Amino acid sequence: MTFLSPLIFVGIFTLVAYLSDLNSEEVKTISVLDESGLFTNDFQDTDNLKYNIVKGEPLSEAKLKAETDENYGLLYIPRTATMEDLANSITFYSEDSPSLTTMGDIENVVEDKVNTIRLKEAGIDAETIKSLRINVNTNLETYKGMETSKLGSGLKLGFGAAAGYLLFMFIIIYGNMIMRSVIEEKTSRIIEVIISSVKPMKLLLGKIFGTTLAGITQFAVWIILILTLLAIVPVVLGVDTSAMEAQQEAMAQTASGAGAQDIFQQVMMEVDNLPLANLIIMFVLFFIGGYLLYASLYASIGAAVDSETDTQQFMLPILMPLMLSVYVGFFTVIDNPHGIVSQIFSFIPFTSPVVMLMRIPFGVPIWQQILSVVILFATFMGTVWFAAKIYRVGILMYGKKATYKEIFKWLKY
Amino acid sequence: MDNILVANHVSKSFGKHAALNDVSLEVPKGTIFGLLGPNGAGKTTFIRIINQITMPDSGTVLLDGNPLKPDDIRHIGYLPEERGLYKTMKVGEQVLYLAQLKGLTKTEAKKRLKYWFDRLDIGDWWDKKIQELSKGMAQKIQFVVTVLHEPKLLIFDEPFSGFDPINASLIKDEILKLRDDGATIIFSTHRMESVEEMCDHIALIHKGNKVLDGKLIDIKRQYRNNLYEVGLTVQNKEAVSMEMKEKFELLPATFKSINDELQYKIKVPDGTSPNDLVTYLTQKGQLTHFVEVIPSANDIFIETVRNN
Repeated sequence: MTFLSPLIFVGIFTLVAYLSDLNSEEVKTISVLDESGLFTNDFQDTDNLKYNIVKGEPLSEAKLKAETDENYGLLYIPRTATMEDLANSITFYSEDSPSLTTMGDIENVVEDKVNTIRLKEAGIDAETIKSLRINVNTNLETYKGMETSKLGSGLKLGFGAAAGYLLFMFIIIYGNMIMRSVIEEKTSRIIEVIISSVKPMKLLLGKIFGTTLAGITQFAVWIILILTLLAIVPVVLGVDTSAMEAQQEAMAQTASGAGAQDIFQQVMMEVDNLPLANLIIMFVLFFIGGYLLYASLYASIGAAVDSETDTQQFMLPILMPLMLSVYVGFFTVIDNPHGIVSQIFSFIPFTSPVVMLMRIPFGVPIWQQILSVVILFATFMGTVWFAAKIYRVGILMYGKKATYKEIFKWLKY
Repeated sequence: MDNILVANHVSKSFGKHAALNDVSLEVPKGTIFGLLGPNGAGKTTFIRIINQITMPDSGTVLLDGNPLKPDDIRHIGYLPEERGLYKTMKVGEQVLYLAQLKGLTKTEAKKRLKYWFDRLDIGDWWDKKIQELSKGMAQKIQFVVTVLHEPKLLIFDEPFSGFDPINASLIKDEILKLRDDGATIIFSTHRMESVEEMCDHIALIHKGNKVLDGKLIDIKRQYRNNLYEVGLTVQNKEAVSMEMKEKFELLPATFKSINDELQYKIKVPDGTSPNDLVTYLTQKGQLTHFVEVIPSANDIFIETVRNN
């Protein structure tokens, strides 16, 4: 699995790239029946939209023709008294509901035209407005004088989201691994042999740390392999990823308003601006702390049950805070990294690893970071104590259906 | 006598359930000590306390005169009743791993492992996975795991379960040899014939209380109840029967015999010696069979448990 997973990942990525290529190559033909006579040559063919202007036919005939020609749709623009009426009486006929992007494109064309006409009617020259229009590009700067930019914000978001999501995945995959390994020792009944040689606490910690190290190794192999394969595969298979690159460039351009050649430099500069040392140290700390916290809980679940099928009822309390942290991270933090909700969740130990990791790139005071780490590790001590109690009793309980009540009793043994 | 293991007033309860209630035991060095009791009596809890898997609520356990400490696991070998091995791990690797957990070095473990594998004739299993072995084969591996670090105290919980008669007797001989080599063995089983055959000492635990302990032979002496099994060839069976019934407490008995005779278990009052009984019987007829009925471990077990 260690070596297969990256292959599968890259395979899927390539497939998606290939399919979206196919998808965008499809050209849609749209018939336009313009009775208003306003749109002379406003509908320009694009890469995937081809306009077929129909003139002088009644609507019913045009509809029939569009259908038999298997056109994507028919755009009907009636003659109306005023522009307001026109804006609300344009109809698009099609086989199925049309795609949102196509409709967006068409509406943009119509809107532009109608607005231009209305401006003209009001005695304002559209060209003048265009020439007077100015692009606002806000310069972002912190109080301390550090220049930031939207590109920088995007990068921060990327860093934070990647770190948070990586941790989330890691916890789910390797937490489960620990749980399964505990269950395996229980069902194979070797546990009592082992436990007469090793203290349960030692075994539990060894299991957690061992799996962590194995997991980190596996993750590192994955990331290296995926990056390598992603670099090689497009070249070998000749899959065109330029569409994506173009998209990225376009995004970068709008963000910075600069040419493509500067982008690399700009990105590097922004990366430089990120609190990299802080980010890396905190990533390691939160990653380890967050993982250990959840791993100990996973281990105690493994000890409490007899088989993997029984784990369901205990999984919810673990998955809930984990999901919550990802939701908070991806919605609240992105919206406002230093809002009160983001702050609270970055201190709660069960959500702090993901949430805080996503906040740090945006600049979090050191005291907050340290406090959060301390809370996290203190809670880890607590959960390990809790897990050890359950583990010690649970591993020697065979065939007893564990309930919350039962487990609560074990804590007192 | 030197005791290898002494338990002083050991108690342990789980919630409201008292698994062990003030149990004190002494296990003499170099003996096979039978730890008996009905299901759920607290034997396993006691064994787990010796292995420091469970901590007692109160009381102390001394190994060789010193309170148990974590390092003592090296001197104890434990074959639990609920036993198993990693199913997908190879036999050799697995035993080496488990031996190293007990503090052996890898080379030392390998050397001893070779000795045991040759001895039990399982050398060619080294590269097999446990799941490829039969239950009996896995049990043999488990036995090797238990004894490999040459512990001075061995605890076997139902060691013969899963073995065919040939292997059971092989393991029995190995256990006896281990005792002769100086190890002490605590032996927990429900098979009373093994107790009879192997144990020097026994202790009986019932509902968390120790109800009986001591040398097996002493206990048997204590439980003897002046009962003799006799065969008597007489002229007039009925008359003699009647007379004996008035004089003694008679129990029916059947044993194999080539004679046509009266067969009885006779319980004589305290103070009557076997000689007195023999003298009386020989006056009545030809004595063909005379044996003192010695209570079996099985009888003692059942009687003690019933009375408590």
